[in-house]
Amino acid sequence: MANEMKKIDKNGLGSIISALLEKGYKVIGPVLNGGAIIYDEITGVNDLPEGWGDKQEAATYRVVKRSDKALFGYVVGPHSWKKFLYPQKTKLWEAEKNNKGFDIKPSNGTAVKYAFLGVRSCELNAIQIQDRVFNNGMFADTFYNKIRKEIFTIAVNCTQAGGTCFCVSMDTGPKAKGGYDLALTEVINESGHYFILDEGSEKGREISSKVLSSEASQDEISAADKAVKNAEDNMGRKMNTDGIKEMLYNNHDHPAWALIAARCLSCANCTMVCPTCFCANVDDTTDLTGSHTERWRRWDSCFALDYSKVAGGNFRTSIKARYRQWMTHKLASWIDQFGSSGCVGCGRCISWCPVGIDITKEVELIRETAKA
Amino acid sequence: MEKILEKRIDTMQLDPMIPLRAKVKKIFWETEDVFTFELVYDEENRRDFSFKPGQFNMLYSFGVGESAISISSDSDKHGSVLHTIHKVGYVTSALSKLKKGDIVGLRGPFGSSWPLDITKGRDVCIIAGGLGLPPLRPAIYHIFKHRKQYGKVTILYGARSPRDIMFPVELEAWKKKHDVQVEVTVDRADSTWRGHIGVVTTLLSYTELDPEKTTAMICGPEIMMKYTVDELMKNNISDKNIYVSLERNMKCALGFCGHCQYGPSFVCKDGPVFSFSNVTDIFEIREL
Ligand SMILES: Cc1cc2nc3c(=O)[nH]c(=O)nc-3n(C[C@H](O)[C@H](O)[C@H](O)COP(=O)(O)OP(=O)(O)OC[C@H]3O[C@@H](n4cnc5c(N)ncnc54)[C@H](O)[C@@H]3O)c2cc1C
Ligand code: SF4
Ligand code: SF4
Ligand code: FES
Repeated sequence: MANEMKKIDKNGLGSIISALLEKGYKVIGPVLNGGAIIYDEITGVNDLPEGWGDKQEAATYRVVKRSDKALFGYVVGPHSWKKFLYPQKTKLWEAEKNNKGFDIKPSNGTAVKYAFLGVRSCELNAIQIQDRVFNNGMFADTFYNKIRKEIFTIAVNCTQAGGTCFCVSMDTGPKAKGGYDLALTEVINESGHYFILDEGSEKGREISSKVLSSEASQDEISAADKAVKNAEDNMGRKMNTDGIKEMLYNNHDHPAWALIAARCLSCANCTMVCPTCFCANVDDTTDLTGSHTERWRRWDSCFALDYSKVAGGNFRTSIKARYRQWMTHKLASWIDQFGSSGCVGCGRCISWCPVGIDITKEVELIRETAKA
Repeated sequence: MEKILEKRIDTMQLDPMIPLRAKVKKIFWETEDVFTFELVYDEENRRDFSFKPGQFNMLYSFGVGESAISISSDSDKHGSVLHTIHKVGYVTSALSKLKKGDIVGLRGPFGSSWPLDITKGRDVCIIAGGLGLPPLRPAIYHIFKHRKQYGKVTILYGARSPRDIMFPVELEAWKKKHDVQVEVTVDRADSTWRGHIGVVTTLLSYTELDPEKTTAMICGPEIMMKYTVDELMKNNISDKNIYVSLERNMKCALGFCGHCQYGPSFVCKDGPVFSFSNVTDIFEIREL
């Protein structure tokens, strides 16, 4: 298997992008924009943030110049692929008043075929987690599944870990274990700058067959494996997940919740950047004449005060209760609901929390004095 | 998994997110702020209403929004459904203004149902508080219709005041049945009230429940359900034989929006009816 891997260079990657564009894909990849590496439309390999890396810590995200010309020399930024699979705002339907009362016209959703370039292993896992959310055995979300069905994914195996990464603890990386059409490992060493290309699907093979490549030598493959091992050995964070579900369920009244809540601004940043959070609200808007109305779905957060509102009350008024819902959902009830953790260890919520609340540290805080 | 999905699509519309038009056939006020309307599907999307007692629909008022509302009618009648609605806010007020012939949007039915099948051969104690009676009425109809399949049947109902009692005429008729015990109480009343006064749990002292044979089905405000469950458990009724119907904010009814989460459950699809044994551990946690 390992022997069948191909080797390409930067031009080869460019040809992959061209081949995807030719097939009608809208190619999305990492680009440098406004001081962060985000995911946006690209048309060629030169759109990638060559030579850029990032520095991440609790409440800290900074792009930095690298000493080499790596194309994927950073980890994950504020965006995730959820933005495309499950857009921040979606029109669900619109309705028009008429002599029958009204007519509802379903919205067609996005007809775009996306190719995602640079999907990290944690993110592949996040996509698989959201697959289970939006096809829950009873209902399937039309909009999500329509886009999801068409995507082409090019994974990138991480060769260095970010300061807030802990995929190793969550068993979601750094090497992509499947669920991709193609996977790349970037290697920069004395023998050059190249990518080991792994074909994960028939769709992937079809694209890579159009690209100039050579067979990767055993040494080249070993160099790639070593690079990935480097990421594995240098995780910025770790989380002890032993019995975490029971631990959180049994410690809903732990004093740590109040300590965390005293710092939490309830800003919802963590849920917005999280690649698995799926909560949504709906808005019904009406035009001035009152005869045309639209129903929109938009991302919501369990940190929003009206999230748990009911007539005559609200189930989670305190920030403590809302933070507890967030963390307990991610790390515990998700397991009961969907058969896996809701956290893939991408570290975004740590980097993008304005006050540096750190899910890995908060878990430790509870664990230290947890009730069994 | 595939099968369930197909079944849903079959009994509902193609996209579970899209409401279907339904016509208000009748609307009448039960109390000062609670009304019932009867809905029929309009000519263009004629279909059967089939649902199980305890399930709910999402009712949509044009341009305003949707609310989760339990079905309060007989589940054997498929031509129309009844919804009994408390006017409390934005959507429910808009719904209350509708007239005969007006159109609402409807999605459903959703959620779990009262355990009428597995309760066959057992005693049933139905306990409702306030607007908890309408969601239980389909279960009551079912039991009456299949009366021989159940043992002793008791209905305990509590309302705030005599004016807030739901379905008073029906309650009187049920009381006259010889094979059902019906007790009604109010929290407070003036001297014209001849019935019980006190919270609904006090009614438990007027009936004898066999802890081995009784299944309890409870619907009402959460605090009322808590006290009722406490009382039943004191009477040695196992939490496995106690069922409650819960209420949470709901935006989709499909398990997608997250709003209705209650610990590990989604109230919209795992509930609203839960065996108490599934929520015993979390029922008393505040702000869960
Ligand atoms: C499974 C289920 C069955 C229900 N059955 C009935 C019924 O048979 N009859 C009845 O009168 N009411 C029922 N309710 C409650 C009803 O859904 C709410 O009273 C209604 O949504 C309030 O909407 P509003 O816009 O009028 O109120 P507002 O206070 O204006 O609503 C504001 C927001 O709170 C949400 N909300 C408010 N109250 C509730 C609530 N209790 N439950 C869920 N979301 C709420 C609304 O969706 C909205 O987002 C049921 C609720 C659930 C979950
Ligand atoms: S909870 Fe934090 S670390 Fe886990 S997947 Fe979400 S953003 Fe990433
Ligand atoms: S953590 Fe909060 S916002 Fe994220 S999926 Fe769970 S309930 Fe929704
Ligand atoms: S109401 Fe949306 S998940 Fe239950």
